Amino acid sequence: MSNKILQKKALIPGQTSLLVIDAPQIAKKAKPGNFVILRIHDKGERVPLTIADTDPEAGTITIVYLVVGKSSALLETLKEGEIILDVCGPLGKPTHIEKCGTVICVGGGTGIAAMHHIAKGHHKAGNHVVAIVGARSKDLLLFCDELGGFCPELLIATDDGSSGHKGFVTDVLRDRLEKDKDVTEVVAIGPVPMMEAVAKVTKPFGVRTVVSLNSIMVDGVGMCGACRCNVGGETRFACVDGPEFDGHKVDFNELRMRLAQYKNQENESMDLFRREHGN
Amino acid sequence: MAIKKKFNPIRTPMPEQPADVRNKNFKEVALGYSREQAIEEANRCIQCKVPLCQKGCPVEIDIKSFVGHLAAGDVPSAYRVLKETNALPAVCGRVCPQETQCEGSCILGKKHEPVAIGRLERFVADTFDSDSACEMITGHTACSLPNDQVKVACIGSGPSSLTVAGYLAARGVPVTIYEALHEIGGVLVYGIPEFRLPKAVVAREVGALWAKGVTFMPNWVGGKTITIQDLIDDGFDAVFIGVGAGLPWFLNIPGENLVGVYSSNEYLTRINLGRAYDFPNYDTPAPRPRNVAVIGGGNVAMDAARTALRLGAENVYITYRRTQDEMPARLEELHHAIEEGVQLELLTSPIAINGDENSHVKSMTLQVMELGEPDASGRRRPVAVKGKTKELEVDMVILAVGTGANPVLLEATPGLNLSKSGYIDANPETGETSIPNVFAGGDIVGGSATVISAMGAGRKAAKTIAERLKVEL
Repeated sequence: MSNKILQKKALIPGQTSLLVIDAPQIAKKAKPGNFVILRIHDKGERVPLTIADTDPEAGTITIVYLVVGKSSALLETLKEGEIILDVCGPLGKPTHIEKCGTVICVGGGTGIAAMHHIAKGHHKAGNHVVAIVGARSKDLLLFCDELGGFCPELLIATDDGSSGHKGFVTDVLRDRLEKDKDVTEVVAIGPVPMMEAVAKVTKPFGVRTVVSLNSIMVDGVGMCGACRCNVGGETRFACVDGPEFDGHKVDFNELRMRLAQYKNQENESMDLFRREHGN
Repeated sequence: MAIKKKFNPIRTPMPEQPADVRNKNFKEVALGYSREQAIEEANRCIQCKVPLCQKGCPVEIDIKSFVGHLAAGDVPSAYRVLKETNALPAVCGRVCPQETQCEGSCILGKKHEPVAIGRLERFVADTFDSDSACEMITGHTACSLPNDQVKVACIGSGPSSLTVAGYLAARGVPVTIYEALHEIGGVLVYGIPEFRLPKAVVAREVGALWAKGVTFMPNWVGGKTITIQDLIDDGFDAVFIGVGAGLPWFLNIPGENLVGVYSSNEYLTRINLGRAYDFPNYDTPAPRPRNVAVIGGGNVAMDAARTALRLGAENVYITYRRTQDEMPARLEELHHAIEEGVQLELLTSPIAINGDENSHVKSMTLQVMELGEPDASGRRRPVAVKGKTKELEVDMVILAVGTGANPVLLEATPGLNLSKSGYIDANPETGETSIPNVFAGGDIVGGSATVISAMGAGRKAAKTIAERLKVEL
């Protein structure tokens, strides 16, 4: 596996980019819902990122990231043709996909990219896939063309109303669920508040709801428990038992506080990086 | 049996960093013998006709011979003897529990202090430049691989796999080691701290294997990136599973998921593999708490506690439900920890971890225990003293209460029989599993134990593989 970046595309300039990486063995094995762990340089940390797409024949995987801290900022400095030091995967349990009828896939922000891979899986399994995507405004939406290409329904929500419904994805989701009692499953990937809100909306409808947790991880193979979360009163490891869990059972408060535990160090690292890179 | 005239009943002391200096740095605690000290100590060996020490060694080092060469000042010959059976002498010289193995069997130990075999092993391994180990063993500058019509794969790159690779590479077999993490060495790099086993020492031993033709594949997760069946389909004649027992146990007490509660695996992996002690020079962050409680009484608990001290914690407590006498840790590790300032909270068992309004650890509630009747392990069973608890003010808790089998590879391997406790069921004589030509050894078979016992299991499996592939010398 060369880990060479074959293609780089700025989806939202300076904020979100897409990389197509040469990683044939991972491409061969990866299924929707899987993630990889990257390391950018020899003093780097291990960063988990959900696989947004694969092309087993070309031997490539696609990842999409939001520049939020030092590691993603470093990743953003890499150009086409350059090598990512470590790419490890596919990790996590793949999404449970079977032919089951109508599936609504909800994606928010960078989560839309990860949702895309799962929506594609459900489509290939013969399900009727309704994609609901949301962002603050039109310019921040991702993967709409790709999703529109295979989803019979693509519903959009933006905070400012620049595209689709003005408001949240949950408004659109509630509407859609009210119109159609035959939805078998809802999949939600995005910021924690969005996934929590989706689970809240679907609960009265009694629809199975899957959320994908972006917990802090170290090894990503079940060795450390950094990513542990409370699902229905039981401790589970997001890296090997997940990352997808029953959204009606996840303790989102605990997830939120565990996600924030390195805020100070993350800021310290990022400030240092900015000073070193002169911005 | 004639004991030499100037026989010294006391072993040559190991030079160490002073406790109040070393508890602030990550440099190695034990500094190693000088040549003079090593030769002096080697000369305490009485060269028994029937050396009992060798029976105590899981990898069957010819101890009498290597110590004899050293006593005569011939370090290269001593090194050659070590490397004949041990792929990792610089590691073993540091982390083996010699007191229960070779040194525990040394005849001198009956009346005096036993020969410091571990320290001698370390001296010889450190003195000799492992990079040219290949030349040393084979007499050629680069190892030829005369048996390249066969090939063997190992999953996991810890001590058992490295031993398999060393044994087979010495017989000319190409070995490929697949490792899930980005660095080679398994527990030697993610688990054991720098101050006990420097990463450079591990890298040197790994480098020697590389020079002998072993191929290393980091970032390949057994069961995810590649399965056992893939390896068989790729034409590997034998596969060795040495993935360790890396799944951390928790206690299922309230507050275990609060911010500031760590498994020892997470804490040590951040600091050892991620070099978080050097944050922000390295990117992996580590917590910087003031008061730390480590739960457990084994070597890992000692490693975690001593690491927390070095990272500037004011108080580090080890809480253990029995007394010091029942602690499973090596005596040397316990002594080092106490010397450095670790405080023992004995006869206590945690019942709850308490958080503040931000869900951050602020204290731990301990049940006070007393010792009752001996249990199955022969140790006196800790029994709760009714109604007696105490509160320990801490802002971090590390659980070092053991590890179990990681299911990732096992779930991906149909036909692999497991024991009741979830470990791999392997033939104790050959290491072979329920799948023909698939072997297993180390913690994934026996549960968490020592580096050297994993190496012993690796050696057994490697011998069977060598016989079966008809490459045995």
